[in-house]
Amino acid sequence: MTANTWTIAAARDALRKGEISAVDLTMSCLTAIDAGDGLNAFVFKTPEIALDQARAADARLSSGDAPAMCGIPLGIKDLFCTKGVPSQAASNILKGFRPEYESTVTAQLFGAGAVMLGKLNMDEFAMGSSNETSCYGNVVNPWRREGSNVPLTPGGSSGGSAAAVAADLCLAATGTDTGGSIRQPAAFTGIVGIKPTYGRVSRWGVVAFASSLDQAGPMTKTVRDAAIMLQAMSGHDPKDSTSADLPVPDFEAALTGDIRGKVIGIPREYRMDGMPAAIEALWAKGIEMMKDAGAVVRDISLPHTKYALPAYYVIAPAEASSNLARYDGVRYGHRARLAAGDGITEMYEKTRAEGFGPEVQRRIMVGTYVLSAGFYDAYYNRARKVRALIKRDFETVFADGVDAILTPATPSAAFGLGEMADADPVQMYLNDVFTVTVNLAGLPGVAVPVGLDAQGLPLGLQLIGRPWEEGALLNCAHVVESRADFVAKADKWW
Amino acid sequence: MAIDIDTARKVAKLARIRVEESDLPALADKLSGILGFMEQLNEVDVAGVEPMTSVTPMRLKRRADVVTDGNIQAQILKNAPDAREGFFAVPKVVE
Repeated sequence: MTANTWTIAAARDALRKGEISAVDLTMSCLTAIDAGDGLNAFVFKTPEIALDQARAADARLSSGDAPAMCGIPLGIKDLFCTKGVPSQAASNILKGFRPEYESTVTAQLFGAGAVMLGKLNMDEFAMGSSNETSCYGNVVNPWRREGSNVPLTPGGSSGGSAAAVAADLCLAATGTDTGGSIRQPAAFTGIVGIKPTYGRVSRWGVVAFASSLDQAGPMTKTVRDAAIMLQAMSGHDPKDSTSADLPVPDFEAALTGDIRGKVIGIPREYRMDGMPAAIEALWAKGIEMMKDAGAVVRDISLPHTKYALPAYYVIAPAEASSNLARYDGVRYGHRARLAAGDGITEMYEKTRAEGFGPEVQRRIMVGTYVLSAGFYDAYYNRARKVRALIKRDFETVFADGVDAILTPATPSAAFGLGEMADADPVQMYLNDVFTVTVNLAGLPGVAVPVGLDAQGLPLGLQLIGRPWEEGALLNCAHVVESRADFVAKADKWW
Repeated sequence: MAIDIDTARKVAKLARIRVEESDLPALADKLSGILGFMEQLNEVDVAGVEPMTSVTPMRLKRRADVVTDGNIQAQILKNAPDAREGFFAVPKVVE
């Protein structure tokens, strides 16, 4: 097994024992990345930066000053601003943009000695569930249906991150999650992804989509790796006013495997009409695992679940329409070629028409509409009230003693690229049905791979935790992971 | 509520996104579909519920009102599509 297939935990231990150098570990990933162009996951490779960072990591390792992430090669989602390296949120409107600053998350990771292999593909501005809205083209899922070579979506918006980790192009990757963008692609590719509590990780330097929902998190091969990497990404940042000034506990130490007596809630509203039998069976399997581990399984009700998606598709576009107003062709990125006599309004309108793709344009316009005079109360304020009720649903069950909630991660396995091309936008939005409530309530949620469907595609379960209790949540995920013993990998075709 | 072509044109204008006249019917149709989906929110009894304004109940931190940054003109202008003499350049705004 070449080193690019290792977990963070295994690589950390091998690096500390001197069994491999950070340079050799990085080289094995760079080789895998060059052989993996068919996946279209890495859109900008940074081998020189990676090798410089790896050499520095080796020096640190040999001096004995090596944090857990020291020498670990990572892929970075294109949404993170990385100093001097193209960061364009998979949008043509940020073509050529090279930030003069580093996002807090990447600064913390690199400060801990992590290595950047390059930037990862995603849906444009993180708006999408299939990685088909990217200006770089589709990412292809390393997984295929048994006996078929139909290219499948890796999910979105962190589709490049998911594909890169699943295909062992990197040990782990950063992702971001506004409505399910870490957890849905993790489930579609058989990896682990956690969206932490809102405020746990700094949003500074991450291109904004919907500021009250956006949160970054790790996408990894195991739950233990998620704990290690989340630790390095977390913490208070004075540059993000919503970042929580709370101590970051040792998440890895929380992985005891002991959940005896913990109360696991099973929300009846997540049992959707027409849910595929494979998802139903997977969920039942997860419930059995929890019981087997000594947890108390309890049926619960989250009555406003049904309204989460429509509320999300008011609030997220509203915030996006405001956040994306900054792309005006003046300070950075693309500016349209102007005709004689064009004024500043024409410059804005042409620049934004050329720079934004159709889904992003649609969401900006939906957001503009729901915030416009006369509709603000009917749509935006009503959605914010429904959001308060969704949050209250969770607070009620947690107050009743529920420690974590177990649900499916997605309503289906990965679907074919292009399969949804003629569908209504709303059909695509339904991908987020199990994940979006978690963002609205600001809670931590993790997707864990549990099994394969009849066609050989990975399926995942989601666990939702109490605010700020990512450690306990990851411990539950660890129990599911060890009982599911999901070791399947995609057959290499790329 | 269905979005007609005039409303679609107005929304595009407010959003500062140029949409060709011939593309407006399709846009109106897509927006109507999305807004139709949101109509479900009218089923919810929200009487007496305050709109949620912050995700976690916390007081925003304050800092001293002092200059913490500056003298980075070159860095700020570096990514500009058009910068001249230390300024961002745009088409004429005032006649």
